[in-house]
Amino acid sequence: MYSLDRQPLRLSAQKAKTVKIPLRFFTEQEALIVAAAASRIIPSDETGPGAHEAGVVIYIDRQLAGPWGRDARRYTQEPFDDQAAAEFGYQGAASPQRIYRDGLKQLVGFDQLPPLEQDAKLVQIEQSVFFELLRRNTIEGMFCDPLHGGNLDLVGWQIIGFPGPRMNNANEIDRYQGQEFRPRPVSLADLRLKPHRPSEDEAT
Amino acid sequence: MKRLPRTDVVVVGGGWTGLLLAKEIATRSALNVVVLERGRARHAEDYANDMDELDYNVRFSMMQDYSKETVTLRYVPRGRAIPIRQLGSFLPGNGTGGAGEHWGAAYPRHVPDLFELYSKTVERYGTKKLPEGHAVVDWGITWADIEPYYAKADKLIGASGKAGNLQGKIVDGGNPFEGPRSEEYPNVPMKVSYFSSLFQDATKSLGYHPYPSPSAILSGAYTNPDGIARPGCFYCGFCDRFGCMVSAKSQPTNTLLPILEKQESVALRNHCAVRRIAHDGNQARGVNYVDASGEEYFQPADVVLLCAWTLNNARLLLLSGIGEPYDPATGQGVVGRNLTHQVSAPAATLFMEKALNRFMGAAASGICISDFDGDNFDHSNIPFVRGGMFRVMGSGFQPIVSFGTVPPSVKARWGTAWKKAAVYWYDRVGGIGFSGEHIPYETNYLDLDPTYKDHLGDPLLRLTIDWHDNEREMVRFASQKGAEIARAMGAKQIVTPPPYGHYDARRYQTTHIQGGTIMGKSPKASVVNNWGQHWQTQNLFIVGASTMPCQGAANPTPTVLALAYRTADALIDRYFRRPGSLE
Repeated sequence: MYSLDRQPLRLSAQKAKTVKIPLRFFTEQEALIVAAAASRIIPSDETGPGAHEAGVVIYIDRQLAGPWGRDARRYTQEPFDDQAAAEFGYQGAASPQRIYRDGLKQLVGFDQLPPLEQDAKLVQIEQSVFFELLRRNTIEGMFCDPLHGGNLDLVGWQIIGFPGPRMNNANEIDRYQGQEFRPRPVSLADLRLKPHRPSEDEAT
Repeated sequence: MKRLPRTDVVVVGGGWTGLLLAKEIATRSALNVVVLERGRARHAEDYANDMDELDYNVRFSMMQDYSKETVTLRYVPRGRAIPIRQLGSFLPGNGTGGAGEHWGAAYPRHVPDLFELYSKTVERYGTKKLPEGHAVVDWGITWADIEPYYAKADKLIGASGKAGNLQGKIVDGGNPFEGPRSEEYPNVPMKVSYFSSLFQDATKSLGYHPYPSPSAILSGAYTNPDGIARPGCFYCGFCDRFGCMVSAKSQPTNTLLPILEKQESVALRNHCAVRRIAHDGNQARGVNYVDASGEEYFQPADVVLLCAWTLNNARLLLLSGIGEPYDPATGQGVVGRNLTHQVSAPAATLFMEKALNRFMGAAASGICISDFDGDNFDHSNIPFVRGGMFRVMGSGFQPIVSFGTVPPSVKARWGTAWKKAAVYWYDRVGGIGFSGEHIPYETNYLDLDPTYKDHLGDPLLRLTIDWHDNEREMVRFASQKGAEIARAMGAKQIVTPPPYGHYDARRYQTTHIQGGTIMGKSPKASVVNNWGQHWQTQNLFIVGASTMPCQGAANPTPTVLALAYRTADALIDRYFRRPGSLE
C-alpha cells in the first residue's frame, strides 16, 4: 500500500477482511501472542505497514513446523557447553521450537495488553535468546518471498523499495547513478518459472 | 564392504578442482576416472527459479549440512574445543560443483611475492620483522611458475577485468601492483554500481590506484577454448550463496560438467562420502566410501586425487593415517599445519545522502585498490607485516540480511523509531570491504577432535586458531584508511568496525580457509611437493587451497584453478607415463 515516495503501488486485499489460516505449529493462543509481539518489533505506523499486514505470524508458524524449527541442519551432538564464549555461537540444546514454546510462557496475556505495556514487557526479555530469534524471524517474515507465508502483497518490499527477484538490470545499472530506481516489485510466483518449493514444506 | 571394479584414477570431491582434473584427464588421456561427490547432483539449469533470499542466503540451502558434520574450535593448543553448531564464519559447499556453485566469483590473482613470502620479507626487513611464532615459508614455486596456469584458468572461466601489468609494462586502468601478465583478460571489466563508482573517484582523488575488480562473472557473451558458450551478466544481484540463474557466473556445473557428461571414461557418483584413503605403506590403493543408503564400498584405483576442499583434505589424511600429524609443541609432523583463514572486515560503513539502488549488481563487480596489499607499501615503521585489498563490490543487497542497519545515534533495535530509521537508511548504506592476508602461525593448525563425531561416527576436525596482534593491527590500519576513503566519498556518517578480538565463529569471515596439507620444499615441513604430489605416498595428489602454505589477501580460487592445471599437466605429461616422484 506504500512506496518510498508514498504513491500507492498495489492495493492490499486484507483491509476489513478476516482470513482463517490453519496453524502448523502454534496453538491459537500462542499465535495471537506472537502476532502481537511481532507488531511491536515492526509496527504498523506512519512509515507504512508492519508485521501485521505482512502476515509475519504465519511465516513464523511455518518455519517452526519445518526443518529449521526442528533444528534439522544444526549439529546437536552432546556435550553442550552453555558456558562457551559468545564467539562460538549458540551452544544451547534447545531447538527453535523449544525456544518459542518456552519463551511464550513468559508472555501469557501479552496480546491483551495496551501497546506501551507490551513494549515494557519486551524490554524485560530483550536480552534473551527467544527475543533475538523472534526479532530475526519478524524481519524474515516481513521481507521474505511471499511463498514462505510472509511479506503478503509484497508490503515489506514496497516500504523499502526492494524489487524482488528482478531478472535484468543491465541497462538500469548504468542509467541510475545517484537517482532512485524503484521498479514495481515482483515475487518468484510472478516470474512464472517452475515453482520453487520452500524448505519448510520438505517432507518430514 | 563391497569391492568395486578398479579404475585408473579416483577423484575425491566434485568441485572446481576435482571436476577440472577429471576433464583434463578424460580429454587428454585414455584413462578412466571415477569422481566421488558426497552431495547431491546439480546442473546449471537447476538455478533458473531460485532467487529466494530466505532459503539460499539465510537458511543456506546450498551449504554443508552441519547436523551431519561440522568442526570444533578452540583458540590455543590445549583444552577442549567446542563444536561450531551452525554455519557462520565460513560456508562450505555441498553437491556437484561444491562451493564453486555459490561463490561470489571475485577473481584476483595473488600478489607475486606471496609465493616467496619468507625470503622476500627477510630480504627487505631482516629476520626480526615477522612476528614471534610465525610459520611463514616459501612455497617452492614462483610467480613465473604459476603465471601460465593463471592465464589458462582465465580462459576457462572467461575472466573479466583489465590488465595493469602486461608482460612487465604498466597499463592504465588496471592494477599497477599485479604480477606481470602474459595476456590481457579474455573479457572487458563488468559494469559497476553507483556506489562503487563513488569509491573509484574517491580513491583516485586520494592518490591511490583504483581498478575494476577481476571477475569470474562474464561481462559479455563468451565461448571458452572448450567450446562452452555462456551469456553476459544481467546484474540481478543474486550471486554469492546462489547458483547463477543464467550461467554468467562461472560455476563447475556450467563450465566443466557439460564437457564431463560427454566423456564415457568419466563416472561422477553423487551421495558418495569418502571416509578413508586405503593404503599399504606408501602406496594408495583406492578409497572407502559410503553411499546414501549406508552401503560401504571399496573403490580400488591406481591414482587417488584428493580434491575435497581445504578442511576435508586435511581430515581425510588424518582419518586415513597418511603422514605424521603436526604437533605444535614440538614443531614435528606436517598434516594440519599452517591453518589460515583470510582476514576480512568492513573497513567502513557509510551512511549516504542519496539512494544507492543496492539491489542491482553482481558480487564480483566493483572497484578495488591494492595500494595497501602485500608489501606494496613500506612496513618499516608500522607494527604489522603484509596488508590487503580495499573493495566496494556490487553484491546485490537483499532485505532480510540488510534491513536494520541504522546510524549509531539510533539506539533502538525494534519498534517505531528503529523501523523509521531502518526504512529511511535501507538503500542509503554501503560498505568498504577489507580483505587481508592471514600469515600462518605455529599454533594455528588442524587435528582430530577427541570428543565430537560426525553422523557416521568419525571424529570431527578440530580447528585451533585465533587472531594475533599482526591481524589486529592490520584491521586497525584498515579501518583508519576506510574512514579516510569514506570521507572522500561524501558519507554523512561513518561507522568503523570494532577492534579485532578473538576468532568469531558467528560472523561470516570468508570461505577462504587454507593450509593443512601444505606444499613446500621438503617432506620435513610439508605434505606435498609443489606439484601437489604427496611426498611419501606418491600416487596420491592433493589439490586445493589446503596446499597453500601462506594466505594471500586475494580470493584463492584463481590460484586453486592455476595449481590444479599445473598438477594436471604434471600428471598427464609425466606421471601417467612414468609413475614416480615428480621432483
